[in-house]
Amino acid sequence: MRKLVGMTLLLIALVAAICFYQVLTFGGVAFFRPENLSNLAQRVGILGIYAIGAGIVIISGGIDLSIGSVIGFVGVIMAMTVSTFGLNPWVVALGCLILGVGLGLWHGFLIGRFNLQPFVVTLCTLLLLRGLARGISGGISQKLDGFSTLGNSSILHVPIPFWILIAVALVVGFFMNFTVYGRYLYAIGRNAEAVRYSGVNVNRMRTAAYVACAVLSAVAGIVSVSYTGEVQPASAGLMFEMWAIAAAVLGGCSLRGGEGSVIGIIIGAALIKVMYNGINLLGISTEWEWAVIGVVILGGVIADAAYRQRSERKTS
Amino acid sequence: MPASVQIPLLEMRGITKRFPGVLALDNVDLVLHRGEILGLIGENGAGKSTLMRILAGDYPADSGAIYLDGRPVSIKGVRDAIELGISVIYQELNLAPNLDVASNIFLGREPRKKLLGIVDKRALYSRASELAERVGLSGNVTTPVSELSPGGQQLVEIAKALSVKSRILVLDEPTSSLTPSEVSKLFDIMRKLRATGVSMIFVSHRLAEVKEICERVVVLRDGRNAGELDKPRMEIEEMVKLMVGRDLARFFPKHGQLEKREVVLSVRGLRPKGAKSEISFDLHSGEVLGVAGLVGAGRTELVRSLFGVDPPEAGSVEVKGRATKVRSPSDAIKLGMGLVPEDRKQLGVILEMNVAENISLPSIKTYHPVLLDRKRELQTAQQVVDSLDIRTPSLFQRVQYLSGGNQQKVALGKWLALSPRILILDEPTRGIDVGSKSEIYKLIRNLANDGVGIIMVSSELEEIIGLSDRVLVMHEGRCTGILDGDQITEENIVRLATGS
Repeated sequence: MRKLVGMTLLLIALVAAICFYQVLTFGGVAFFRPENLSNLAQRVGILGIYAIGAGIVIISGGIDLSIGSVIGFVGVIMAMTVSTFGLNPWVVALGCLILGVGLGLWHGFLIGRFNLQPFVVTLCTLLLLRGLARGISGGISQKLDGFSTLGNSSILHVPIPFWILIAVALVVGFFMNFTVYGRYLYAIGRNAEAVRYSGVNVNRMRTAAYVACAVLSAVAGIVSVSYTGEVQPASAGLMFEMWAIAAAVLGGCSLRGGEGSVIGIIIGAALIKVMYNGINLLGISTEWEWAVIGVVILGGVIADAAYRQRSERKTS
Repeated sequence: MPASVQIPLLEMRGITKRFPGVLALDNVDLVLHRGEILGLIGENGAGKSTLMRILAGDYPADSGAIYLDGRPVSIKGVRDAIELGISVIYQELNLAPNLDVASNIFLGREPRKKLLGIVDKRALYSRASELAERVGLSGNVTTPVSELSPGGQQLVEIAKALSVKSRILVLDEPTSSLTPSEVSKLFDIMRKLRATGVSMIFVSHRLAEVKEICERVVVLRDGRNAGELDKPRMEIEEMVKLMVGRDLARFFPKHGQLEKREVVLSVRGLRPKGAKSEISFDLHSGEVLGVAGLVGAGRTELVRSLFGVDPPEAGSVEVKGRATKVRSPSDAIKLGMGLVPEDRKQLGVILEMNVAENISLPSIKTYHPVLLDRKRELQTAQQVVDSLDIRTPSLFQRVQYLSGGNQQKVALGKWLALSPRILILDEPTRGIDVGSKSEIYKLIRNLANDGVGIIMVSSELEEIIGLSDRVLVMHEGRCTGILDGDQITEENIVRLATGS
């Protein structure tokens, strides 16, 4: 809870700083212009969707590195099947969701049945799907026409990707907080063996987390390709798993498992995208983006650790 | 030289050590003569290890004195002990498995070249070879330790102790993981070392071995000297008598009605994972079936296979007359079982979660198959907290901040909401203060009186005898006997547990 408040304050401070700077230098506030806000909501929407997926896995004590490759692969499949074979994009999208389910089951199976490490298993998927995406497309950029609504339209002035994020957040938030299975996932993240001793099928629960993550990655891939209308097989979704993990960690997830919340992850995603946006609006060259974001995330994590150490010393 | 014969090599006088809630050692004396192999025996918790750890400098005594050659010495740390020529070889060996024999013997004290201070490999291997020969370690000193048998690794530890010129060697349960031929080899080495003037203290549960190798034996009971026996009187029966024998009644609740009740669990030919033999027994409702045996006798393996943590390799269990196989803890729970595991902090509770969440974990799905019923969860947790008298400031307190005894009550209480018919308790009072112990005994007895069949694994003979209606004794993976009524005596249990 405290972390959530801290991150919200950080978000507000960041927005305030951007506005202040803009007022000083340009004499106006570009941040709150409708186009900018709508653009930001779109991007937060897409990142939020797959960051929640990553968050579920992280809460259960695992990690999924395949997110970005799933997004890229789904984009390539969508673009190629629809423009080459003229398939209905919605049918293909449904197929991609089913693919996500299969992928999650596969991850859960390898991790549960053979006791392989999640890092290694999903790293292999990262490589495999990226290679497939580049191989089947010949590395050539693929266009997708006639499927731009999902990524670019708005309902009630709010971009559809953000509506999808809200829907995902409600469903996942309900699952994590109001069902028995959500409780199991948090408990497994803390101490999987003790949960098994309490009679819970730990492997099944873990598998469910990987399925959720892969499906949400597929959703993000579908929305992404609709948004851009074009896919570069080598770069679409590249590094997205890292943004997902960064958003989850900023939003209060611990990579040790058992901690984190959906609302926190959304705030984390918003923080990252506002930083991007701010760098843009402040006229800093985009080549510096990653460096700035890296420093800000590290600062946040250190501040949190320092605060925790101090409060622990007080209580003990 | 009559004078030096009279002054013992080592004297520990009036050693007292208190831990929170327990008086581990109360005014204990121990004398070790030159060239002697002294046995040190006692039940688990009698204070043997504490006494040896004080000698090794692991922690200080609260009071008492230690004399070497008649002169008082102060052992403030492990380094002091080593400088005085005292080495302790613990049951869990402290070797680096990937390094070779020579590097292990001189780990941290490698001979160095004068110039540059790099390790002098030639000196290292030649000195290691000498020591290896002295302890009868055959083979090359360049062999990695991980390729040696447990017996060989033990010898490396002894060589390590000799390399620091130890005059006093403490061997803590050195034979527990050795084969009989390795044991007799170890004894040969010990006799050889004694001839070269090294004195040894042999801490062991295996009374037959103590009788074979030691000239004299010191017996501890409940942190006090219980007596001493010399060679002619060192019979196993005498040793057992000194180890045991006190009023057990004061601690334990009265047994329930002992008329035969229905069988709630019948185990047939169960072979735990990795075990060589099969076990069969019945558990009745309302009884406490104690499972006794030495460390490594296969008790925990039995528990794990009963509860489906490690599914058994053979055999079946019958519950209510129906034979079934238990392949996972959830299967076991469906049959009405609950387990309070030995490793409370890792397996019994989830330390970072709160009292209510811990208590509800196994039963939460029975409140509603999908939705979290928080109200019911808190009600159930409150009932458990009240009925077991779990002392916690609130249901939302993290379990890690509770005392050991209260943590254990949570680990036990989480099953109560499921009204189990069979409860398996593995070392239910390990690491718990005396007050909480007697509360847990009462809880166990009350549960049995309510008709629950209880399997209680314990290394503490006292609690096995005080609480059990019947006792199953194990030795090296086999059931060596089931004792009933008057047969439940410490002598009988120790005899069956040591296989003698």
